[in-house]
Amino acid sequence: MTTIAEMPAGFADKVLSAQSTFRSVMDAMARPGSVQRIEAASGVPAPLMRGSAAIALTLFDQDTPVWLDAKMAATLDVAKWIKFHTSAPVIADSSVCSFALIGDIDQLPALQRFAIGSNDYPDRSTTLIVQVPSLTQGPAIELRGPGIDGTAVLRTQMAPDLLERLAVNHALFPRGIDLVLVADDAIVAIPRTTRFVAKEG
Amino acid sequence: MNAPTYNFAYLDEQTKRMIRRAILKAIAIPGYQVPFASREMPMPYGWGTGGVQVTAAILGTNDVLKVIDQGSDDTTNAISIRKFFEKTAGVVTTTSTADATVIQTRHRIPEAPLHAQQVLVYQVPIPEPLRYLEPRETETRRMHALGEYGLMHVKLYEDIARFGHIATAYAYPVKVNARYVMDPSPTPKFDNPKMDNCPALQLFGAGREKRIYAIPPYTSVVSLDFEDHPFTRYKHDACCALCDSGDSYLDEIVTDNKGSRMFVCSDTDYCETRQSQGHRGSENAAPYAESKHA
Repeated sequence: MTTIAEMPAGFADKVLSAQSTFRSVMDAMARPGSVQRIEAASGVPAPLMRGSAAIALTLFDQDTPVWLDAKMAATLDVAKWIKFHTSAPVIADSSVCSFALIGDIDQLPALQRFAIGSNDYPDRSTTLIVQVPSLTQGPAIELRGPGIDGTAVLRTQMAPDLLERLAVNHALFPRGIDLVLVADDAIVAIPRTTRFVAKEG
Repeated sequence: MNAPTYNFAYLDEQTKRMIRRAILKAIAIPGYQVPFASREMPMPYGWGTGGVQVTAAILGTNDVLKVIDQGSDDTTNAISIRKFFEKTAGVVTTTSTADATVIQTRHRIPEAPLHAQQVLVYQVPIPEPLRYLEPRETETRRMHALGEYGLMHVKLYEDIARFGHIATAYAYPVKVNARYVMDPSPTPKFDNPKMDNCPALQLFGAGREKRIYAIPPYTSVVSLDFEDHPFTRYKHDACCALCDSGDSYLDEIVTDNKGSRMFVCSDTDYCETRQSQGHRGSENAAPYAESKHA
């Protein structure tokens, strides 16, 4: 049982840390495939990574229901930390959450289980924050779409069927989910506009 | 200097989070107008409350801010917004397009090409391009959902039927990423081609109408037109009287009661940069004397 005193801290400087983290996320979202760094430091409850913790402190609040996957919800640490520092409700129904924290990409639920918005309000959709082992090693995946000058290359371990599911997500446009991949303090965003081509190697 | 009674960049953190989430959604859905809970700002609607809120939400201590109003760094609106952020965020401000990392603009896109490290923030009065054609929000939302933009083409066609050409000269509708028709804010249509495939991120804030939308970098932005009436840029058939530029957007200035007029660049930074490089226009044959403003 974690007491408040034992709980990992939030940002030391809420205002400027949130600003620098947001700019990294904004740059990542505006330039899919580009690896951005999160510099702000905070306490991190396991199994959250530094980057996901900073994003949570930057974007979560009482207006954003959060869903945790099985790995994140294995202990109460993450849920308690999020509730204490951001006031965000941690909910069990993934179809109405604003953000989902995914600790195990191989166990990523079907994307239809998240909010994909409607054609009238495509913005009412879930943003997935997905932790991956690395964003510099792994098979190369070629990305195209808005924010990318020609093509960009993403290197990460991703189940082949996930690419197919993300292709379906792209086809749903303007509905769909957006992904932020996190590996330690590095992030890459994959908005719903991005198209994939798997490459060799 | 940071005014001690306000949070950094004026807005409270809860508001910034809400705006930041809207900005991320806007980038993910290029051209779609994301509703947001616009706040009252210490300036009247129409003075850029939407742009100011977007700027406040993205601005950091390392940013260099430039604010222009109709291309000019020196008009009341531009100066007051620049001072606002000097006071509430303590950021460095500049008039140089190349040096700025965040440029807030009212009704112009700078002449100098933007680069990938920059964010252009537009102040938008009416974000809905279909609003004057269909007053009901429920209907325009449906039209965007269905991608049904026939009405806009009818409007442009009626221009041709009445005037022989597309007479829309500003707020000329564009299609972003081949999906959403978007109002580029009341920029002259001269500026429309600069939005296409632009290396900088473009964000649009409409305070009164409570909408944020965006164009990510390197995104296709096509001005609506017809095969037999293709989109054309428009500018006055003249050169700048101060810097002799033949390819910048010009303001017409009436100089007396007898109909005399001169044309000068709307973008003051562009014009001053050219003058300092030695370019001279018809009204400015003498060496450039006025000292650069601080």
